[in-house]
Amino acid sequence: MTPLNIISLMVENKPGVLFNISNNFRRKGFNIHSITAIAGEDVDTTRITITVRGDAHEITKLVEQIEKMVDVIKVKRLDPLRTVQRDLALVKLSTADPMAQEEALDTINRYKGQILDIKPDTIIAEVTGSVNEVTEFMRDVKHIGIVEAARTGITAIEKGWITLE
Amino acid sequence: MTEMTGARAYIRALEREGVTHVFGITGAALIPICDEMLDTDIRYVPGVHEQGSAHMADGYARASGRPGVVQVTSGPGATNIVTGVATAQLDSSPLVAFTGQVSMGMVGTDAFQEVDIIGVTASITKWNHQVREPGRIPWAVKAAMYVANTGRKGAVLVDLPKNVTTDSAEMDFDAEVSFPGYRPRLQPDPAELEWAARVLSEARQPVIVAGGGVVSAGAGRELTELAELLMAPTATSLMGKGSIPSNHPLSLGLLGMHGREEANYLVPDADVLLVVGSRFSDRTTGSLAGFAPGARIIHMDIDRSEIDKNVESVIKVWGDAKPCIRGLVDQIRALRAGGGNGEWVHKIEEFRRSYEAPEDADGITGLAVIRAIRHALPGDALVTTDVGQHQMLAALHYDVYEPGTFLTSGGLGTMGWGTPAAIGAKAARPDRVVLNISGDGSFAMTENNLAVAVDEDLPIVVVVLNNHMLGMVAQWQRLFMGGRYSAVKREYTLDFTELVKTYGAHGVKTETMKELNTELRRAVAADYTTVIEVPIDPEENVYPMIPPGMSLKDILTDDLP
Repeated sequence: MTPLNIISLMVENKPGVLFNISNNFRRKGFNIHSITAIAGEDVDTTRITITVRGDAHEITKLVEQIEKMVDVIKVKRLDPLRTVQRDLALVKLSTADPMAQEEALDTINRYKGQILDIKPDTIIAEVTGSVNEVTEFMRDVKHIGIVEAARTGITAIEKGWITLE
Repeated sequence: MTEMTGARAYIRALEREGVTHVFGITGAALIPICDEMLDTDIRYVPGVHEQGSAHMADGYARASGRPGVVQVTSGPGATNIVTGVATAQLDSSPLVAFTGQVSMGMVGTDAFQEVDIIGVTASITKWNHQVREPGRIPWAVKAAMYVANTGRKGAVLVDLPKNVTTDSAEMDFDAEVSFPGYRPRLQPDPAELEWAARVLSEARQPVIVAGGGVVSAGAGRELTELAELLMAPTATSLMGKGSIPSNHPLSLGLLGMHGREEANYLVPDADVLLVVGSRFSDRTTGSLAGFAPGARIIHMDIDRSEIDKNVESVIKVWGDAKPCIRGLVDQIRALRAGGGNGEWVHKIEEFRRSYEAPEDADGITGLAVIRAIRHALPGDALVTTDVGQHQMLAALHYDVYEPGTFLTSGGLGTMGWGTPAAIGAKAARPDRVVLNISGDGSFAMTENNLAVAVDEDLPIVVVVLNNHMLGMVAQWQRLFMGGRYSAVKREYTLDFTELVKTYGAHGVKTETMKELNTELRRAVAADYTTVIEVPIDPEENVYPMIPPGMSLKDILTDDLP
């Protein structure tokens, strides 16, 4: 499989900008793996993190096409070695069996997860970590019984003084 | 700050931007705006179909160098300009489209004549925007003009919901337009330029390829000066035609699929290839493997994302063609006195001589018609083309003496573009003769726009090369499909010359070159619209041709035995 690329964007916070960006991915045949977006403190800008599989050269060309969009302030393909990245999962587990509940609590603790809700037969856990950590956690609790799960996908920033702007 | 309706503010904003003509068709969503148009000096040119109006605005833009404005109603009015918007965008022409829209409260309800034109045009505009408050109209008009006409020019669309035009607000016409992420680059990096100058000065066999960016930047004179300084033969892409005068000794003419032999043979032999304002389209380069394999490529372009997109370059200069070429000329002058390689110059001259197009044969051939047109037209006439064999014949053989006087739909290849574009060009340059070189297939797509040419007193000349075929496809079928014709024959019942008379145009069919020459002279001198139909051989192929996927030197020059 081609590697996962992390693309970080600063865009104007306006209707349609996200559509135009994702439209560019679609046009080149890229399938967005994950996307996180939120308006900045000043509400004029939105910061977006997109992950996508693809050849580095092709991704670089795509980034150049996006850079040229009028509403895009800054876009960059992040160097994975110089980037910290986090993924967050909310996982609802079926824990009617007391053994299952014990194992669930144990596993959540091992991944430094938090219990957000506990019912006689379900637990909702929050686990945050690198994509691999979260994926491993999901794998480890699969046999207990995942009722439902939602993940944010990667959000990332670069290490040290390097910034997007 | 003054309070007024959105519709009035829209017209005032267009006036402030120096708009002279608005092309379009009205409709329910535009009634408030059209009412305000009674009180302005801006000339409204009513169309017969919105596609034609969009092409007129595009033709106006290309002929004047200023943005062309098309204004259409919501729904079908808006979808009808899609082809026109895409045509302008692909050829980097500053087209500004204003579309009416249902009132904001109705948007998203599938209201009568509602279409999400912002969504529809997202991938064929440089920028598009829906105005949601009347007070933003002055800003939106200014922003549209600014984005369309700066950097790499292109198509912009602004959607105007009806209530935004009827409601009133305090209008600020001096609101600043700036986008934090849009910084058109004009001045090149001096270090890159200096490197390019050094490499070009040391080149033994330099060749220049000029594209539409040179025409758009108005850098024709600078380009010619550079070519002379380096003694570098200069080919052009289709969009770059005219950036160096066709009769200049260093001009190689068109490069690419239907390029001239001298261009297609010399470009691959370059040791240094300077490409300015061209995006290395597949129709220009042929197979990338055979495109200047031994050359160090210098690519100058206003759009950074074009650099290295299709062809890797060694030296990358990002900027507007005019300061780029100007800077190069100055740097090369500083390095040495110019000069060039005598052997190379000699080779160019030899090439040019050996590929002189054949003398006119007796009958009416495409080549002969193109030459007759050039002969009949004043040097500064504007020529538009439609799309197909006639377009390639014109690109190959029509001599252009002044940049920006040869207008064609290159990127999108929009059949039917030429006639309305010629009308728009005439609106921009009423002092010039404007002639559309067309074919029967293209002409029949938008010929109803002649009604506009006649009624609005924007006289043009159209020469229709009629082979009763969709000729370019027929040519491919002859060459690559074993001569099996499918979907290309046109057994018209309609008579073009009679048809155009009903629009009020003069229509005439010419059967001999003598008749054609007479009619051309008359049409050029006349102040009314003329259509000259010229029957030509349906079996005639346009040569030279590089079969698709082949390299520049794999030139077909004649019918295979």
